Amino acid sequence: MKKISVLDRILLLITGLLAAYQVAVGCDGLRTMPITSYTISFGVLLVAGLLMIILGFEVLDSPLVVIVSTVIPLSLSLGLVSERLVNFTIPYLVFVVIGFLAIVITRYAIPGKAATIVLAVVHGVAGMTIFLLPIILSLRGDAPGGFALVGVGGALIGVGGLLLSFLKGGKPILSRDTIMTVLPSLLLLMTVAFVAGFAFG
Amino acid sequence: MKTLTNKFKQYWPLIKSLQTALLLITGLAGYMSARCPYTTRPVVLGLAGSLFLAISGSTVLNMWYDRDIDAKMPRTSKRPLPAGEITSQEALIFGLAISALGVGWALTMDLLYGAVVFAGLFFDVVVYSIWLKRRTAWSIVWGGISGGMPILAGRVLGLGQLDWVGITLSLAVLFWIPTHILTFSMRYHQDYQSAGVPTFPSTYGFQSTRVVIAVSSVIAALAMGVAAYGVGMTWGYLRLMIVLSGGLLVLAISSTVRPSERTNFGLFKYASLYMLSSMLLLFSEGIR
Repeated sequence: MKKISVLDRILLLITGLLAAYQVAVGCDGLRTMPITSYTISFGVLLVAGLLMIILGFEVLDSPLVVIVSTVIPLSLSLGLVSERLVNFTIPYLVFVVIGFLAIVITRYAIPGKAATIVLAVVHGVAGMTIFLLPIILSLRGDAPGGFALVGVGGALIGVGGLLLSFLKGGKPILSRDTIMTVLPSLLLLMTVAFVAGFAFG
Repeated sequence: MKTLTNKFKQYWPLIKSLQTALLLITGLAGYMSARCPYTTRPVVLGLAGSLFLAISGSTVLNMWYDRDIDAKMPRTSKRPLPAGEITSQEALIFGLAISALGVGWALTMDLLYGAVVFAGLFFDVVVYSIWLKRRTAWSIVWGGISGGMPILAGRVLGLGQLDWVGITLSLAVLFWIPTHILTFSMRYHQDYQSAGVPTFPSTYGFQSTRVVIAVSSVIAALAMGVAAYGVGMTWGYLRLMIVLSGGLLVLAISSTVRPSERTNFGLFKYASLYMLSSMLLLFSEGIR
């Protein structure tokens, strides 16, 4: 198994600092729901990055990884919807709560095909929301052009989520070592895109 | 010059530089949290210098008193005293000298500040190390109280008086210390057992120790949050502190529910990072 290197740790530290900035400063002035949602998503990213720095890539063997990698896109997409599509906040919140519970229940109570389908559907909706919503809003002129970077971050989080989910599901797209090699850079690029997108948006 | 450099190399490990630095940072953060209208360079340098000397002094005196225990434990047997690089008399004189310098310097700056610094040193050396460490596992409470003194001292120097925020900050450090020390004593429990030092794992078992760690982490995080609110920390920084506290709680709880050496070590490292981050947040809040 690939050991975490000094460079990996530096990349993860910068990711953590950017996530910390986004929690502390990046979502000032928003309403309670978007602030709470962004705090959860970037907070989980920050703590996960710190744990990887401390414990190495072995932390990704924890069964909690599936839950953590679900919380980030769900809460981020909820933040986007509640900030930019206020009228859809309640229905999307219901989807997020039910989707999250469905993932947890199917993972532990009825693992197998059902768990994979639920995971794919919930991740798919959240991922597409993060990817498409900022780009559509930017193209329509409802948000500054820079906000589209959040969509770029969404695409990257989608790639990361897919790689990890298939790895955890026992059908890896890339070898474990290759995933571990690209993961810190992928997380950093994703966070840079998010933080820049929110700053410009 | 070469002799001086050699002496410095021998004496430096006596002060446990990382631990001293972390405690010093808590003192500086406590001072900055008071948002003094007149923060002058001599006062900050005086605070840093006096605290550094007093904390280092108490650490050297602890090392001097515990030299027989250190010699029995593989982890500590290579320290300068058990390894015979420094004589016990040298260490005692060095420890007493820098302790006296530190406390004396603190007293000349402000009497109440000096008294708190002295209390920290007294609790650490006399009550914790000399009196209780070899008698009861509960000695860490006194170690915790002394660990909470630098942040209280910094706050007292900034305000000129004791206040509930300073005491709560001190409590946050007090309850953080079991998370730090008990995870460590679990990792090296055989060392402590062979040296005859009573610890929570050897007295109450590993599972009870994990529960104590989880409970004390919850209290530490709550105390830190309340104190940060009392300091008037901005909502953004408070959010960040809540996130970091959440990480501490998750690790402490998972170490109780799914115990493993890896989680225990992760909690130990994360607890240090948590304290450092909290202090940096307090510090930067003070200079905003």
